[in-house]
Amino acid sequence: MARRITFMKAINEGLDMAMEKDDRVILLGEDIAGGATVDHLSKDNEDAWGGVFGVTKGLMPKYGRERVIDTPISEMGYMGASVGAAATGLRPVPELMFNDFIGFCLDTLLAQGSKMRYMFGGKAKIPMTVRTCHGAGASAAAQHSGSYYGMLASIPGIKVVVPSNPYDAKGLLISAIEDDNVVVFSEDKTLYGIKDEVPEEYYKVEIGKAKVKREGTDLTIVTIGKMLYVALEVADRLAKDGVDVEVIDLITVAPWDQETVINSVKKTGRLIIIDEANPHNNTATDIASVVGDQAFDYLDGPIKKVCAPNTPVPFATNLEQLYLPDADRVIETAAELIDDLKK
Amino acid sequence: MEKLSKERAEWIYKKMNDIRNFEDEVHQIFSTGSIPGFVHLYAGEEAIATGVCAHLTDKDYITSTHRGHGHCIAKGCDLDKMMAEIYGKETGLCKGKGGSMHIADIDKGMLGANGMVGGGFPIAIGAALRNKYLKTDDVAVCFFGDGAANEGTFHESINMASIWKLPVVFVNENNSYGEATPQTYASGSKHIADRAPAYGIPGETVDGKDLMAVYEAAGKAIDRARKGEGPTLIECVTYRNYGHFEGDEQKYKAKEGKEKELADRDCIPEFRKYATAKKLLSAKKADQIEKSSVEDIEHAIKFAEESPIPKPESLYEDVFVD
Repeated sequence: MARRITFMKAINEGLDMAMEKDDRVILLGEDIAGGATVDHLSKDNEDAWGGVFGVTKGLMPKYGRERVIDTPISEMGYMGASVGAAATGLRPVPELMFNDFIGFCLDTLLAQGSKMRYMFGGKAKIPMTVRTCHGAGASAAAQHSGSYYGMLASIPGIKVVVPSNPYDAKGLLISAIEDDNVVVFSEDKTLYGIKDEVPEEYYKVEIGKAKVKREGTDLTIVTIGKMLYVALEVADRLAKDGVDVEVIDLITVAPWDQETVINSVKKTGRLIIIDEANPHNNTATDIASVVGDQAFDYLDGPIKKVCAPNTPVPFATNLEQLYLPDADRVIETAAELIDDLKK
Repeated sequence: MEKLSKERAEWIYKKMNDIRNFEDEVHQIFSTGSIPGFVHLYAGEEAIATGVCAHLTDKDYITSTHRGHGHCIAKGCDLDKMMAEIYGKETGLCKGKGGSMHIADIDKGMLGANGMVGGGFPIAIGAALRNKYLKTDDVAVCFFGDGAANEGTFHESINMASIWKLPVVFVNENNSYGEATPQTYASGSKHIADRAPAYGIPGETVDGKDLMAVYEAAGKAIDRARKGEGPTLIECVTYRNYGHFEGDEQKYKAKEGKEKELADRDCIPEFRKYATAKKLLSAKKADQIEKSSVEDIEHAIKFAEESPIPKPESLYEDVFVD
């Protein structure tokens, strides 16, 4: 049996292998090593943190501070510097510690990195992978728990991927770093500890291709990131009622895989989208609109979204649990679509 | 730093004239409605772009501003393609998809005019980081206006350039107004260069109408950057001949006093006078340059006017690298 490693270790391994393969790959971020210039750490070539969650641990000792660059707490500075370094030939991988900090540096993605190629008539290439993390469930409250991948996905010129498991995380990160475009790689911080089988070799998972995680004929559930696990629980529970659920892990939110989703809906006639982002103008909304347009005649009922409410993420544990979409809510929603489930 | 040679002096004088003629023509043409959108003209500030870029090669990078035509010309961008870009033509430097505010030519090390005030700072330090990482002796120059000096990117980028000793020179063009607001109102420090010591880097304020003052300060700073000694902040005091954008009534500009004296000085004849006195430029050569510059700009306008508009399908092209 292949070895099992955590989501965090899979990301670390993806970075490590990409850096080993191509010395133009550099990492930048706040405390991605930690302890820069501290004598006793320098003496032993040690990092202090390896990122706030430890995702980049061990990379500085291996590749040195020239390639694993601790920045000051200056998000617009180092994210913009990454755009400049990418435009001039490096392949930077900046880490935005929490996606909630995007406000400090949005210009670098919104107006600079994503648009240079277009604005410059195709001359520029911005091979830059922004690693960041999103997601509620860690009691980190409103400014460290949001899910903004959908907001970034609405910017032309940016690809956005949201892995749900260690295997995809490693392969997608390698694909992102090899990609010549700006790719946002959004990690769910509550998944860092989950383990799964991950090959030791260098491999890629295709950006823009969703995966059917469970086949079914009665209802399609499309998920983003860790919402996959909610859908799999729903599928198990509904199977007991004789409802056969198809579960699709979207993996890429920009550009999302319309073909896989639409083909599934044509088969099942019913669609629920689970998206942890706030409900308005999110990825689920976009999927609903495209499916409504392209597969209307195949639908047996309205397209349903199960999302976080239109509130910031609360701190208290009970409220945070209420905030997150869960299997009960999805099953209640399914009951609105499937007569046999109606009480 | 290399002393100003005859050859360099002629190059500078040509570029200064090209910028002035280009901008004066764009000013005229814009008023007829042939150029769409917004344009922000550089005329009056020629000594800065040319005095700095005289020290650079195609391998050095620059980032530019809203007021970017001058930097483009000084960095060696093609005049025909520049004019075509401003007209929104298919033959433009950016295939007509960037326009005046985004004019760029990466092949020439010109990383773009920038529609975002202060947008160039972090991009410039990123290019400098690349230069340092690849162990080249190439530099990056970040041109920025007095308005941009009050953006947060100024602080973050100069601080990072300082701690990493990046090969970058921050060249401020203090043309007295950020849009319609005086620099003296908008900045807590009298001079923008006064802020340099706070970042532990050298700073200098020079007369931005005096080509030689800019040339010497930039030469020193660029040498320093090439040697790996870190960044410098140079403030060039200057004045823009036109408004913030074309169509600006410029009600804010002073009609007399020190500001008017600065406005009335013209860096181009000042440099001609200096260079001819120093025998770097003969009167005959200067006349020839002036004439050929007019012809080159006329050629650029003709090229732009006769060029086709972009094909409809190009709307969808170059969003991503395929």
